[in-house]
Amino acid sequence: MTATVKWRTWLLYLGVASVVAYCLAPFYWMLVSSLRSTSDIFDTSLLPTSVSFENYRAVFSPSQGFGRALLNSLIVSGTTTVLALLLATFTAYAMARLNFRFKRLILTLIIATSMFPVVSIVVPLLKLFTDIGWINTYQAMIVPSMSFVLPLAVWNLTTFFKQMPDELEEAAMIDGCTRGQAFRKVIIPIAAPGIFTTAIIAFIAAWNEFLIALSMTNRPSIQTAPVAISKFTGATQFDVPFGSQMAAGVLVTVPLVIMVLIFQRRIVAGLTAGAAK
Amino acid sequence: MVDTDIPSGAAAGTPGGPVGRRSAPVKASKRAWATAASGRTAALLVSPTLLVLTVVVLYPTVMAFKESLYGTKGLDPKTGFISDTEPFVGLQNYADIFGEAGDRFWNAFWNTTFFTVVTVGLETLIGVSMALIMHKAFSGRALIRASILIPWAVPTAISGLLWRWIFNSDGIANALIGRQVLWTTEGFHAKVAVIIAEVWKTSPFIGLLVLAGLQVIPKEVYEAARLDGAGPLAQFWRITLPLVKPALLVAVLFRCLDALRMFDLPYLLIGAQKNSVETLSMLAQNEASNVRFGPAAAYAVLLFLYVFLIALGFVRLLGTDLVGDVGGPKAKRKNKLRRTAVSGGAEASA
Repeated sequence: MTATVKWRTWLLYLGVASVVAYCLAPFYWMLVSSLRSTSDIFDTSLLPTSVSFENYRAVFSPSQGFGRALLNSLIVSGTTTVLALLLATFTAYAMARLNFRFKRLILTLIIATSMFPVVSIVVPLLKLFTDIGWINTYQAMIVPSMSFVLPLAVWNLTTFFKQMPDELEEAAMIDGCTRGQAFRKVIIPIAAPGIFTTAIIAFIAAWNEFLIALSMTNRPSIQTAPVAISKFTGATQFDVPFGSQMAAGVLVTVPLVIMVLIFQRRIVAGLTAGAAK
Repeated sequence: MVDTDIPSGAAAGTPGGPVGRRSAPVKASKRAWATAASGRTAALLVSPTLLVLTVVVLYPTVMAFKESLYGTKGLDPKTGFISDTEPFVGLQNYADIFGEAGDRFWNAFWNTTFFTVVTVGLETLIGVSMALIMHKAFSGRALIRASILIPWAVPTAISGLLWRWIFNSDGIANALIGRQVLWTTEGFHAKVAVIIAEVWKTSPFIGLLVLAGLQVIPKEVYEAARLDGAGPLAQFWRITLPLVKPALLVAVLFRCLDALRMFDLPYLLIGAQKNSVETLSMLAQNEASNVRFGPAAAYAVLLFLYVFLIALGFVRLLGTDLVGDVGGPKAKRKNKLRRTAVSGGAEASA
């Protein structure tokens, strides 16, 4: 009996270890590769033989324009997140708290729009933006990004607002607050963690966007980080600069990983919102 | 209409217990009272979002359909003049996919379908296994939850570049299998590379959603099953799987719709205009960036219809709304159905 229990525990540990290895191994490989020098980049040892920051220096060499790309990414995804959250907070509050006709239909429609293939929005918008001279502008990336960030934010926030007890505002309204005041003074402060989580998820979605940023820009100075990294050039035309791509990949991913590690509990709650009833 | 006991419930602050029981009638009466006034407030709060979505989603979609009826600029075969405007060609762009020029479309269509079916199938298997392990693991749960979010957080574009490095001819993948496979060249191995990279990135998502579904299954159900002599395998097939099915179906739906619009990964891992991995999104984007907006729009519209049909099929299969609102008549019907299904199953097994 105890033998089987022990055996099972070990099996479980093995399972945990394999899940962790599965998730982290490729990421670890990116990290290790980024720390190799150009001469031993094709080395396949699991630890870097000599740690070198050569690739990181290459990333920030002026010819790659990576710093500018990071700033562009920050502007585009930051603006998208703020705009989406601003609109979504009001809409989600109405969805969670008010009763009105066609509510279910409207919420279904909003969520359905996030399922749209991005390319079917990008193709016509590319033509439109070409005609009105928006190519190589921030708004040409922010506007299409709203199409998937806004529904995501509405859905997440609706779930968060629904989890808060109705009695909170009712108490505030009995104490003489209007609904608007109750919303501003009671709901928003209490919902702040939920709003913050939604902001993180929305930001990550916008930050990771590639198709829109690729299609709407052709000037390096306006490109976002993922596009810029994919267009890194090596010493020669046929030399793919894997080392600096991995280093830049680490730089783009690490802020997200840190956010994920700090807020993992909340993010998991946000991601699974609505899926499990 | 508000009773004096509500503030005490609010003061307690935590839902559940007596508060939860009391809130039901209050909610019902509030609804009747709120409808008239809240309609206007709701319109005010909801309309900005609807307006933005109309501009960024609905309008482009309609425009894509209109655009798909026009040809490309250039030599007009009838008059021999070079036209500056795009000629109206009716449904020609759609008809073309059944002609010789349609080969590229059908190739992209089958690639998209193949990737969706294979990746979602593998992701479901791996995701469910992950969820079962996470559910059972008490020590190391925080570690596993943190690490499972890493593939999700890595931008797809970066993961494409990362896997291209892994699948490099002198890369770690070939070193591990001890053979020289040119993964990123045309051929079936390119498909395999894309599938592996995609499955790595998205299985954890299914794992998380299924785990959330697992956590709401009451322990008593398993205890009862154990008393009845059900082994672990029977417990999985008869209890875990049926009860986790709604969460799993939602996860699979999301993944399917996401896989159908796959772009970043094959584009960066293998490259544009590669037959083996070109998806419908890649085809449409490529045509659009070559200023062939008409055909591009036609492909985009067809992809949209494809996604729409799959989503519709899933919603029929789920038999419910994804919104999970305050339990309208639909939800009641669903519960009834489920109840009859359960009792039917009990009868069958008895």
